[in-house]
This record gives sequence, structure tokens and C-alpha cells, in this order.
Amino acid sequence: MSEPQAASRAPARDAGGAAPGLLLLAPALLTVVAFFLYPLGYSLAGAFRAADGAWTLANFAKSFELYSRDIVFTVAIIGLSTLLIALFSVAIGGYLTLGENRTAVAILRWLYRWPLFIPFIVAGQLMRAFLARNGMLNNALMAMDVLDPADAQSFLDWRGIVIAFVWKQTPFVALLVAGAMATLDRSTIEAARNLGAGRLRILVEIVVPQVRTTLVVGLVLSFVTMMSVLSVPLMINAQSPTMITVDMAFRINAYGDYGVANALGFLSCALTGAVAWIYLRHGIRERSRQ
Amino acid sequence: MKIGWVVRGILLGALAVAVFGPLVNMLLWAVAERWYFPAKLPIEYGFTYWERVFRPRGNAMESLFNSVVIAGGTVALCLALALPAGYALARLRLPLRSLILLAFLLPQAVPNLAVYINVARIFYSLGLNGTIVGVVLIHTVHGLLFAVWITTAAFAAVDRELEHAARNMGAGPLRTFFTVTLPLAAPGILASAIFVFLESLDEFTGTYFVGVPDVTTLPLLLYNASAGGNYQIASITALILLVPSIGFMLFVERFLRADVLAKMGG
Repeated sequence: MSEPQAASRAPARDAGGAAPGLLLLAPALLTVVAFFLYPLGYSLAGAFRAADGAWTLANFAKSFELYSRDIVFTVAIIGLSTLLIALFSVAIGGYLTLGENRTAVAILRWLYRWPLFIPFIVAGQLMRAFLARNGMLNNALMAMDVLDPADAQSFLDWRGIVIAFVWKQTPFVALLVAGAMATLDRSTIEAARNLGAGRLRILVEIVVPQVRTTLVVGLVLSFVTMMSVLSVPLMINAQSPTMITVDMAFRINAYGDYGVANALGFLSCALTGAVAWIYLRHGIRERSRQ
Repeated sequence: MKIGWVVRGILLGALAVAVFGPLVNMLLWAVAERWYFPAKLPIEYGFTYWERVFRPRGNAMESLFNSVVIAGGTVALCLALALPAGYALARLRLPLRSLILLAFLLPQAVPNLAVYINVARIFYSLGLNGTIVGVVLIHTVHGLLFAVWITTAAFAAVDRELEHAARNMGAGPLRTFFTVTLPLAAPGILASAIFVFLESLDEFTGTYFVGVPDVTTLPLLLYNASAGGNYQIASITALILLVPSIGFMLFVERFLRADVLAKMGG
């Protein structure tokens, strides 16, 4: 059968308009509306309502009064984690693309992906045991005489959360970035190499700019994920200062205080929205420059 | 050349320690009978905690059972919703197609802790809190992204010519779907089912709020054991959760063929 024939037939079969498609889509869409969008709206509105239902900003005032330190702490931890994830995933993707030693490339390809599908709750437990004062990290450093036993300290504070996030999320972003780098046109890379450019320079000036969209999408998705994860901060560092996810759970479990919990939830949505907005604006400016 | 291997060895070695160190530490905890400061390795090895975990009527077996029932229910519900939706998105005429695809991304693109808190509040008034059904619903919303996106890609990757051939030979639209389209899309659909199953198995936050107080899954058991300082039970539970996750990581490329991956989100 020739192509044009097939093409002319397809619209004829779909002549019934959009109704059949929408009918098949309806159950799935309604599920998202009922069990996600409706509660989301409920949450966003709840941030601005008092317990008696009156509109108020008191929840935000109370959130800032009680948790302004935790809000800063959350932004700092997620910002630092995102930065480290970006560095490591570009390094991994870059070596997989530009590495000249096939054995080393194969080892790296096998090695870096392991944490990819490990659940956050498991990553939290792994780090809780690994980074404790008597955990394997300190033990190994002491056994190598790098660390004096008296100086051994627990990493179960902001550092532990950052390490857990970077450990868990880097493979995801690196996978996306390496995939994008693999589809690049090799000729520009070879041309730069022939002109004598070093690999680091090729990576920074030629490869990374071309995969920046993929990198940023991966980082934004990671940012949102880290903003939502409760298990990691709960298991590694639930004492003050901590992340606002832990505070939200605490307001609900200890006080049934939906107002403040929703206000903190609103803030985490607003922070994510701000990041997405910066990204979109950046993208538009880039496009207009080209 | 030699210096090159020293540098590579140090970097790859450091990465190997970073990746596997925490995992080895967990494996040691899983078989440790007694291990406390300042011992660098477990003082005594054994499997008494394994007996406690796998005791027929213990908490762990109940959690494992709940987890598998919930994950199975989530897969069934997700596929029931996603198969028609994916077919419509791949084959039928739809307004705002890319916007609809984005709608399924929303539950994963918005920080969802606040949503879970309010779902729990709504479910409480409906009597769904602390029920398996409530947890399945929560996991389904979260899993729909993978289910819809991957099934859409899988249907889109099926060659239309084969469908037209079946129709030309007199098969009706339903027969064509069940004998041609569905079998050809089956590997992609299986991949989405595995994705959804694992997401549900590993889900913590939603279950933490909606499942209380009656539904305990493996992640909640892990959290409770760890919070209670019982690292052995926590590590064994972590190991049970790790095996399917790592297995999937190693085989994901076989389940998700390149032609399906290339159509993801498109």
C-alpha cells in the first residue's frame, strides 16, 4: 500500500471528530482532576484560610515566624544539591561522550546508574547508616588513618541530606544528559579536537551549550522531586533546622494545623514555580538572541 | 599512559566507593546480630532478624502482602485508565493534545506533599483513610504519568500499515485493536506496568498520610524500624525493596525499546 493512500484514509476514519478520543480519555483525566487538581486547589486555598474558614494571611505570618530559618535552609540545601547534581551529571555525561579510553568509559557506564531506581526511603536509610558517627564512612577513614577517632563526627545534618539527594538524583540527570550528548553531531567536536582544543574546553564550550535544555529539564524535575521528598529529611535530619517538608508533616501530625501546613505547601509550590519561570524566561531570551 | 590509569583508577574507585559503600554497609547491617560503636564491623553475624521478618504472621509479612496487593491494584487501575487514554492520544483526533499529555505530568511536577495532606483530609471524610482502596487511588494518580506516556508512545510506535491491512481484510476496529495493535504494543505496556508497580511499591509520602493508621506497607515498615533504631529490620526491608528496583535498572533497556523511548512525551 502506498503512503498517500494511507494518509488519505486516516482522516476519513477519524471523521467523527474529537468525541471518541475525549470519551476514551475522560476516565484518566477525571482521576487526575479529582485526586490531584481538586486537592491541590483545596491546599492552595487552605493556605489563605483560618480554621473558621475566613480569608486571612495569618497562616503565612505564623509560617515565617516559626519556620523562616527552615525555609532558608530548604532553599539552600536544594540549591546546593541541584548545583552538585549538575556538575556531576555533566562530568559523567562528558566523560561518556568524550572519553578516549573504552575500558574506563565502559566501567563508568556500568557504575553510575546503580542508584537510579533505588527508592528515596531506601536511600535515606542507606545514608543514615553510612554517614553516622559510627558509620562505615568514618570507620573506613579511621582504618586508613586519614581520620582521628576523636575527630569522627556524624554527617547526619544538612550534609547528609545533600549527599543523599545528590547520590539518588545524579544518575537520573546524568542519564538524560548522556543520552542528549550521544545524539550530538560529532563533526563539530572532531573539528574542535583537530584544532587542538582540550577535552574540558570542548565539553564546556561545545557540548554543554547544545544539551542545555535537557540538562535544565532534568534539574527542574530533580528540584521538584527534592522539594516533595519527606522520607530523606525525616530519616537523616528531623531536628531543627530542617526542611519544610518535615515541618508540614509535623504541623499535621502534632497539631492538625492545616493552615500553616498549607501555607508551607504554597511556598514550596511558589519556589518551584519561580524556578520554572526563570528557566522559561531564560529559554525565551536565548531563542530571541538566536 | 600509566599516569592516565592512576587518575582514572582514583576517580572510578572513588565513584565505586560512593555508589557501593552505602549498599555494602546496608548488606552488613542485614546480616549483623550485634554491631555497636566502636566496632568497625559487626560483632556477630546471623539470621535471627531474617526469621523475625519472615515469620508468617509478623508485621513484615503483612506489610509485604499489603505492598504487593496495593501495587497490583495500582497497576490494574492505571492500565484500565491508561490504555484507552494512550490509544486516544496516539491514534485519535484530539484538541490540545500536548496540553493533555502535560496534565498527566502535573502530579509529578508540583511538590505534592501539601496535596497528599489534603487528599488525606478529604479521604477522611469519605471513610477512605486507612483503607487499601484509598492508598491505591493515591498511587494511581502518581503512576498515571508513566502509564499514559509510555502506552501512548507504545501505541504510536505500532505501524499503522498493519492496522490498515487488518481493516482491509474485513476485521472490525475492535478486532483490529485486540489482535493487531494491542499485541504489538504489549512490550511497551508491560514496561509501563513494571514502572507503575515499582513506583507504588516504593511510595512513602502518600501512604504515610492516607494509609494511617491501618495500612502499613514496606516503606512505612522501613521507616518505623529505622526510627525505632532497629537497623537490622530496616536494612532487610530495604533489601526487599532494592531487589526489584535494581533488577529493573539492569533490564530497563530490554523492556523499553529505543523506538518507544524515542516517542516518549511526543
